[in-house]
Amino acid sequence: MSHAVVVNDVYKQFGKSEGPFWKALFTPRSSNGNGKHAAPTPHSPIQIIVAVDHVSFTVEEGEIFGILGPNGGGKSTLIRLIATLLLPDKGKISVFGYDVVRQPLQVQRLINRVSVEASFFKKLSPMENLMYGARLYGLSARETRKQVVEILLRLGLKERDIYHPMEEMSRGMQQKVAIARALLSRPRLLLLDEPTTGLDPRSKREVQAVVRELREVHGTTILLTTHDMNEAETLCDRIAIMDSGRVVALDTPEGLKNRVRGSSEQSPTLEEVFLELTGKQLRNPEEDEEV
Amino acid sequence: MTTLSYQMRASFAFVERNFNLIKRYWSWELVWLVYSITDSMAVSFIGLGMEQIGGAAAVNTQYLVLYLLVGTLVWRFLSTIFYWITDLISIERWEGTIEYTLMAPIRRLTHMAGQTAFSLVYSLIFTGVILIVISLVFDIDLSHANLFSATVMLLAGSVSFVGIGVMASVLPLLFPERGSQMTHVFIALMLLISGVYYPVDVLPGILRTLAVYSPATYVLRGARMAILEGASVPMLWPQIWPALLMGVFLIPLGLWIFQQAEHYAKRTGKLHRNG
Repeated sequence: MSHAVVVNDVYKQFGKSEGPFWKALFTPRSSNGNGKHAAPTPHSPIQIIVAVDHVSFTVEEGEIFGILGPNGGGKSTLIRLIATLLLPDKGKISVFGYDVVRQPLQVQRLINRVSVEASFFKKLSPMENLMYGARLYGLSARETRKQVVEILLRLGLKERDIYHPMEEMSRGMQQKVAIARALLSRPRLLLLDEPTTGLDPRSKREVQAVVRELREVHGTTILLTTHDMNEAETLCDRIAIMDSGRVVALDTPEGLKNRVRGSSEQSPTLEEVFLELTGKQLRNPEEDEEV
Repeated sequence: MTTLSYQMRASFAFVERNFNLIKRYWSWELVWLVYSITDSMAVSFIGLGMEQIGGAAAVNTQYLVLYLLVGTLVWRFLSTIFYWITDLISIERWEGTIEYTLMAPIRRLTHMAGQTAFSLVYSLIFTGVILIVISLVFDIDLSHANLFSATVMLLAGSVSFVGIGVMASVLPLLFPERGSQMTHVFIALMLLISGVYYPVDVLPGILRTLAVYSPATYVLRGARMAILEGASVPMLWPQIWPALLMGVFLIPLGLWIFQQAEHYAKRTGKLHRNG
């Protein structure tokens, strides 16, 4: 089995900018690379947030890999780094052998992403939005029109919804359209950033079924971030637990449980595993905004 | 699929999307059209009122109305192109789709090409509609006008406006909250120095020098020569080549600046913030 994603000692921080922005435009950014919150300099009172702190892991081709962690844990930043939407301060990420910094176009052809916020032109219909997305990925209009209807009906949308503005749809329905958009380009690597947050239980199950089918039928590699322990346990082959930008544990769901099983006969839940490994409980998804 | 046909198809994504957007925002388009028509009419009425304002009988009212009308139409055309190009980013900021679009496997040139193609067609139609409505209100004598060479002049000038638009579009990328509003500075400065409503000769020293570097100066001069004096394309060449030359420099420069800004936004995480 070959590597779909290799994340090697990746570090990313946000926060201050020293001096005017135009100076920063043309100078490479350096990073201290140590600690969670670097000390502010006398000229920059803004605190530096270390979002991803020397993270390394690999995802195998055809694997469903989960990243589990609280809000602010660095999951979404990591997804954005893999998706070529952010540049790492240190370290290297490759997708199917292509470097995300040096070969972004090659990486972009192989991936797609569904984020927690379904980002669409709200006045446009799902069909218009998906046609736009499909053309960006070089797909033909005639084929796409057929596929859009097929995928959206399968995800539980009614045919008339496909031609009405997205602003008239619920968040759950919008999220399904976002998933359909990602499926259209048939990515080899699908990045799912909390794709089921805000969905009702039935929609959640439908989305999870699609994720499983993608892997089983098309062999798609899936990298999934989630707060949902059940989702992580039932979908993922392996799970990385992230906290404060670091990977604190990485194993199969069973392997993670075995780590904290102790002398007790009863198998611990992933919630208990998370609590044991991080000393924290997973917070409610709506509590704060993701870093 | 070859890279070229792939990129062509991808660039059409922006044409189709923008067409769908104006279809859905048709009421806004109507408001904007009414505003543009009334604005052009108001400026043209200055020409009609000049005799009364100045008390000078020697004013050629017909000529003055046409002079101002050409100014307002050319300006409407160029600024419409400019705003559509700067919308490259600002509309995506507004809708929250910027990450999706910038993650797509397309070259930035493809992105710009699609937006430019749409902006040119849109601006020509938009300006044409204004011209038709105004010609119904004012008694305009276009018998000497060479509309073909005027159109050639407009298209030549639009090249450099695309470059300036691309440069300005980095503002919403760098400043998510107010970047869109900041783009007005570009257009206001060019309005001042390019002789939209007056000859650049009336400008004081420094502004007159700056006018030489504004592509709009040449477009306006050339369009007036074509409409008021019926100048042919060869006669307009002294106005066409500086406008084209500026475009040849400004488009690659704009693309380079955009790439630097995109790199900066990806380094600092500014793509994620929706302004």
